[in-house]
Amino acid sequence: MALPPPDPQFVLRGTSAAVHTLHFSCGSPEPDIPLLFSGSENGFIHVWNLKTHRVDTALDGHGRKSVYCVKTMGGKDRLLSQGRDQRICLWDLAEGRTSVTDSVFTEHVGFCRCSLLKVAQGRWLMAMAARSMEEVQILELPSKTSVCTLKPEVGAKLGMPMCLKLWQLNCGSQPVLLAGYEDGSVVLWNVSMGKVLSQLICHQEPVMSLDFDSERAKGISGSSEKVLSIWSLNEQQNLQVYKTHELVNAGISDITIRPDKKILATAGWDHRIRIFGWKKLKPLAVLDYHTATVHCVSFSDHSNPQERLLAAGSKDQRISVWSIYAQT
Amino acid sequence: VCFIPGGLDCSISFVSHVLGKVCVHGRQKEILGVLVPCLTDLTKSDCIWQRICWRLVECVPDRWMEAVVFGFVQRAPGAGVLSRLLGNLVVKNKKAQFVVTQKILLLQYGHTTTVLQNLLGYLSLDGHRRTLLLRVLQELLETWSSSSAVKHSPVEQQLYISKAILICLSHLKEPEIESCRQELLTSMMEGMKCHLDSSLPKLRRLGMVVAESISLKINTEGPVLKFEYEEDDETRELKSLLVQTPSFYVVPSLPDDDRSEKAGAALPLVLESNEKSRTAAPVVPDEELDAELDSDDDLIPYDMSEDKELKIKAPVYIRDCIEVLTGSRSEDTDKWEATVKALESLVRKNPAATREVSVELAKILLHLEEKTCTEGFVELRQRAQVAVLTTDPIPVAKYLTSQFYSLNYSLCQRMDILDVLVLAAQELSCPKFHTKTKHSGAQKPCIQLLLGSDSSKDWRRIVDERIKSKTRRFDMGQSRVELASRPNEFSSVAGYFFFPLIQHFDRPLTTFDLLGEDHFVLGRLVHTLAILMYLAVNTAAVTAMGKALLEFVWALRFHTDSYVRQGLLSCISSLLLSVPTEQILADMTEELLETQSWLGDVMEKDPDGDCRRLALQNLLLMENLKKKLEAVPS
Repeated sequence: MALPPPDPQFVLRGTSAAVHTLHFSCGSPEPDIPLLFSGSENGFIHVWNLKTHRVDTALDGHGRKSVYCVKTMGGKDRLLSQGRDQRICLWDLAEGRTSVTDSVFTEHVGFCRCSLLKVAQGRWLMAMAARSMEEVQILELPSKTSVCTLKPEVGAKLGMPMCLKLWQLNCGSQPVLLAGYEDGSVVLWNVSMGKVLSQLICHQEPVMSLDFDSERAKGISGSSEKVLSIWSLNEQQNLQVYKTHELVNAGISDITIRPDKKILATAGWDHRIRIFGWKKLKPLAVLDYHTATVHCVSFSDHSNPQERLLAAGSKDQRISVWSIYAQT
Repeated sequence: VCFIPGGLDCSISFVSHVLGKVCVHGRQKEILGVLVPCLTDLTKSDCIWQRICWRLVECVPDRWMEAVVFGFVQRAPGAGVLSRLLGNLVVKNKKAQFVVTQKILLLQYGHTTTVLQNLLGYLSLDGHRRTLLLRVLQELLETWSSSSAVKHSPVEQQLYISKAILICLSHLKEPEIESCRQELLTSMMEGMKCHLDSSLPKLRRLGMVVAESISLKINTEGPVLKFEYEEDDETRELKSLLVQTPSFYVVPSLPDDDRSEKAGAALPLVLESNEKSRTAAPVVPDEELDAELDSDDDLIPYDMSEDKELKIKAPVYIRDCIEVLTGSRSEDTDKWEATVKALESLVRKNPAATREVSVELAKILLHLEEKTCTEGFVELRQRAQVAVLTTDPIPVAKYLTSQFYSLNYSLCQRMDILDVLVLAAQELSCPKFHTKTKHSGAQKPCIQLLLGSDSSKDWRRIVDERIKSKTRRFDMGQSRVELASRPNEFSSVAGYFFFPLIQHFDRPLTTFDLLGEDHFVLGRLVHTLAILMYLAVNTAAVTAMGKALLEFVWALRFHTDSYVRQGLLSCISSLLLSVPTEQILADMTEELLETQSWLGDVMEKDPDGDCRRLALQNLLLMENLKKKLEAVPS
């Protein structure tokens, strides 16, 4: 007899606007407080204290334009946020400060979230959609120098890049970028040479979100249609479709794989969060709490596995936090 | 007839005279039937025979030249043959030139496509004659692009001219196109405008096909003009004229040039090559993975039985629907869409609630614009409007008819009003159709009036059927099952539908002038009135309606738009069919006599074939009426 799905462990209210992005920062040991960063449609970034379940700080750096991506850069003191004001802001939050130290003017008017990859101590690569329709620019942070621009060939008609993921097999190997495009294809780029390694048409509709497991060389992508596509990368660096999974309702806004690679969560347009086992994409749970489309899901980075959490932000202005499959 | 080829200079002018005289007396078939095949064979390879033939036709006296040339043009089996037989006659002889370039092409239109092809092919085959070809093309284009010609010449003639234009275009070579590119472009633009303005769909389509073809010829690289229309046999035939058939031509390179030109220019967009991208071919997962310790087994799934398809609920109350449809919250597009889909059935299920808000609902629906890309939005809206109108006919009809003549509506909305009135009238007068129609695919009522349909065709079919049923006078017999009868709900409201529409047609508004520019809407209005008249059979108001309609028709009977005239004639038909005979004769005798003479005129002189047919039908109906009267003992 299967148990009914669990209720959220707690719900964070108070953003007063749809929540578009979430990011946990719970890795530091006591006495540091575990934090959750959320970006909302009203341009604010809220820093939630996960002990008190209240907002500690509210950051206003995007001119009241929607913030659709937040990431930490090596700890909770440095934050990166991307907003619809076409800017990516770098924040310094140490010792109670709330200042923007630097910003990058991307001139990107879409919704493509940037992707960060730490390549060395204090050095990151950031992939972001640029001004030109089909291009992806790779910048090095914090120097903001351009590493390369990834331009699809003329006539490829990929459309806008919708989602990005930079990764490298291990420290020291070549960084590679996986990009999902408007025409439904996922492209694997070699960053240093700026060339396409492989391209795979995964969906008929734009790829909304993707995530990749570099250990198993397997990735998953979701789109505005009813199908989740799982693809793999073989030794020749070629993408192949591994399997597909059909959902009950169409539309996925976000997909994320838990850091221990055991489960993954999807955020759906049908207001539901779905949990699957990553190995075989076994459906595990459907969490039906929100009353509007769920925009983002994120797993926490707690060092103690028992404390791991899953957070989901929705258009109904609430963030639900769940403790699910934390025991395994 | 055999000649002595011997290098002698014989005079064959007497043969020409004989030929000419025979032809002018109408015996072309007999003499040319023998002569042409004979000459075709003889002139195939023998130059002397060719010259003899040319001399033959050149010596025909001018007064008989026309008949001879006609005969040859009609009988020659191909352009090449015609070229051999006539030589450069058209260049040398003025009369022949007139016949070939003016009479056959511009003044007549009864010849077949093959004749046209042979004629124009003949003109294209020789350098001397090609100048004539260009001139011919210019004159054809002038006619094609003249708006008065489009409005007043018969459809058959316009089809003929279009075919001639297309064939000419197929013969033009690149340098010639270059030289007259500008003129082609100007004529194309003007002609396109006249044709698209026309009320008859056939003419519009003709214009579109010809304009596309011209555009194809003058724009060999870059985008070409492409219209959206339904392909049918006629358009396919016309398009095939642009590509030459290789069989009859001396110069073989021409057809190839044309075809590759056409193929190259046709699709400017290259479809995705897809060489790099791979299609999704699933890879079978390795067997080995299954053997691995499945740590996924630790994860026990939760109960997911509640996970079903998300359905957006439409509102259940009519007033809620009104709120959703007028609501300014653009967020709720899902709900809006669900409301639009559910509205018709809600209206029909809750007649009392609908009656309370019927006019408001009608107003909302008339102004409702498509917010999301809903499938079948236009039909959904129309069905909802019809439902509202049939539920509460009098106030809603008053509202709609008053809005028809109000300021600031688009033509589309006005025609929408007309369509809705007709559909509702039909439903009210024959209620049994309503229960069967669930979706557009199922049983359709015979008069469909969604936007853009050619109602005159359907209308004619119905009138034909009705006439057939009346004139044959079948006795159905006892075996026919009696259909359940219901009271004719249209009877009490027919007047509200009909009279307001007829009232203000001659009063122009700043944005709407039925008697002026908006004659297309006038045509639709007239057809609508005809249908309403037809549906009013057996109602109390039918006689009054008939009288009003007769006056209306009389006022507009000389309208220049053939679509309007067709509508007027349909009005007369419905009048004759719906108003009881006794009433017609009691109240409308003089008007009917006048109408009869007008119909006679139309039948003989109207340029439009459909009008003539309808006039004839009306006269037949009148004859039937008279006979019926005579049959009844007074």
